[in-house]
Amino acid sequence: MSETPLLVIKNLHASVDGKPILRGLDLTVNRGEIHALMGPNGSGKSTLSNVICGHPNYEVTEGEIHFMGQNITEMEPDERAKLGIFLAFQYPTSIPGVTLANFLLASVKAIRGADNVKLLPFRKELVAQMQELGINQDFAKRYVNEGFSGGEKKRCEILQMAMLKPALAILDETDSGLDIDALRIVSEGVNRLTTPEMGVLVITHYQRLLNHIKPHKVHVLVHGRIVQSGGPEIALQLEENGYDELLKAHGLEPAGV
Amino acid sequence: MSSDAALLEEIGQDYKYGFHDNDEKYVYKSSKGLTREIVETISKQKNEPQWMLERRLEALEIFNSKPMPEWGSDLSEIDFSDIHYFMKANEGVEKSWDDVPEYIKKTFDRLGIPEAERKFLAGVSAQYDSEVVYHSIREDLEKLGVIFLDMDSGLKEYPEIVQKYFGTIIPSIDNKFAALNTAVWSGGSFIVVPAGVKVEIPLQAYFRINAQNMGQFERTLIIAQPGSSVHYIEGCTAPIYASDSLHSAVVELIAEEGSTIRYTTIQNWSNNVFNLVTKRAYAYKNATVEWIDGNLGSKITMKYPAVHLMEEGARGEVLSIAYAGKGQHQDAGAKMVHLAPNTASTVLSKSISRDGGRTSYRGLVKVAPDAHNVRVNVRCDALLLDDKSRSDTYPYMEIDNKDVQVGHEATVSKIGDEQLFYLMSRGLSENDAIAMIVNGFFEPFIKELPMEYAVELNRLIQLEMEGSIG
Repeated sequence: MSETPLLVIKNLHASVDGKPILRGLDLTVNRGEIHALMGPNGSGKSTLSNVICGHPNYEVTEGEIHFMGQNITEMEPDERAKLGIFLAFQYPTSIPGVTLANFLLASVKAIRGADNVKLLPFRKELVAQMQELGINQDFAKRYVNEGFSGGEKKRCEILQMAMLKPALAILDETDSGLDIDALRIVSEGVNRLTTPEMGVLVITHYQRLLNHIKPHKVHVLVHGRIVQSGGPEIALQLEENGYDELLKAHGLEPAGV
Repeated sequence: MSSDAALLEEIGQDYKYGFHDNDEKYVYKSSKGLTREIVETISKQKNEPQWMLERRLEALEIFNSKPMPEWGSDLSEIDFSDIHYFMKANEGVEKSWDDVPEYIKKTFDRLGIPEAERKFLAGVSAQYDSEVVYHSIREDLEKLGVIFLDMDSGLKEYPEIVQKYFGTIIPSIDNKFAALNTAVWSGGSFIVVPAGVKVEIPLQAYFRINAQNMGQFERTLIIAQPGSSVHYIEGCTAPIYASDSLHSAVVELIAEEGSTIRYTTIQNWSNNVFNLVTKRAYAYKNATVEWIDGNLGSKITMKYPAVHLMEEGARGEVLSIAYAGKGQHQDAGAKMVHLAPNTASTVLSKSISRDGGRTSYRGLVKVAPDAHNVRVNVRCDALLLDDKSRSDTYPYMEIDNKDVQVGHEATVSKIGDEQLFYLMSRGLSENDAIAMIVNGFFEPFIKELPMEYAVELNRLIQLEMEGSIG
């Protein structure tokens, strides 16, 4: 069974409010692989991450998503999470009145099964992971993402990844809004948490994150389709040349700065 | 399934406490409708002094002469002639739990009362329909000189105190339902805390409407003498019945110089109860009164806990939550009346509507001309769980002094797709995600409750949310 790819996306078309965003996307991620998905603004990067996780505002109009051999295209987000899919959000929302500790306990219980979670070991694990990510323990008592800085939010996303131990982690622009130190801590966290059994999909606009998280494969998304796939060298080329040439090659206007 | 969830399922079967005792166990039950004879019978049954009978009869006249309020909720469905105004479950007041009849114990059992009693029993006064059946006061409270009785006993044992204060904060003339309560009141709590005494443990009373078509008209009077402090908690549940019930309580608080009264209510009336309550406090020099008011259930609730800040340095606070589901209207709020300089008040109201339910915040802030250096802070947050539910805010301000700091903020939000998706992407089901958001929304209220009540309220919310989808 180990040959079954972790994630297989076939001819995926998806739209928001009737507006097509993804227009025939194919992607396969195997266990042990780190994939980077790059692309200009508006190319559909975040849409892809939302669609893989089942966001209700996105409609899949064609194509399929398979996870560990199972067609998940129509599944609810919580079912997908239980199968092992995790999304580190670009803009994590706040949940006023709900402490990070309670939120994590509820989600760890949901993912691992409530009977498999004992309070004391959970606490220990949480404290240890917070230390690893340089998150002050007081954050456990704070309300989820409320009043967090951009960097604190991103660290807490990685903390959730650490606690939920997903089979597939999607990092949606996790580097945006991070200073150089935070970027290093977050990247180290991701590298530490990435096991040979896992797949990782790193979505990013810039190459700089890929200096820290080394991808096996890099894909370039333009206008809802992957137009180029290859090794890490692609990211470097993009860094050098920007997206304009690619956009022009596909008959699109370069994005304004 | 988690043990929590299993427990919830178990509770769910009894949820809304849709069971009831056999009416025949009542020793006395008045016929339906309200007449002078019934009021006289109530007074006679209770062996009351003549002055109380006179107060009742006077109130009856006021009740009959006052029109129904035409603002707020629609009360036209109340049929005053179709209500039993008085019932008595057994003779006299029980002092010992052993003497409480078995069938009543069973009802309390299902509501989890004995457990709460064991945990922090400072004196339980469990109202069973109109009559208090069980009442005990812990010895150390008696030693401190704290009076904690049901109102009927209070009238018998301390007639001078009752006569001095009864109806001084909320006179019968105040409103139609205060008059009704005064005419037919039965039960409620009577508490006097002597000067300087700090009651460390919350005093608790449990209320429950039981018989079909029975009004419950409890009357509570709490007097905190100078420098004392007390926390009183009432929790309410009621069984489901086919026809409408009426609950109309009057609660009067007197906080003398430097004292503190906190009055906590968690109320979960069944969805056919009209809940029309008048609650008012007088706070004297440097005294603090806090109303912590949780309104779940009922068909219609109209309740606006008030604090009159009578003297300098007085402080008033209302912290309330309301939850309105299908066919429910929670019209709740607060009144802060600043009559003296250097007084402060805070109102935080949080409401949730779903499934066509309606919540309203109705509040009054009044500042008298000579009340300078007053601080007022009002905040109302409403959360709508769907498109067919509704929330309104009616803030009234009558401010006759320029030297006043008033903060007013009102927000209405709909439960967010992004919040739901975020929680569900972490494995929570839609119901659990909604319950978590709702619990978080109510957190400023829940954290003020003793733990047992906080747990119970969290459960109630979870159960409500389970019924909300699918």
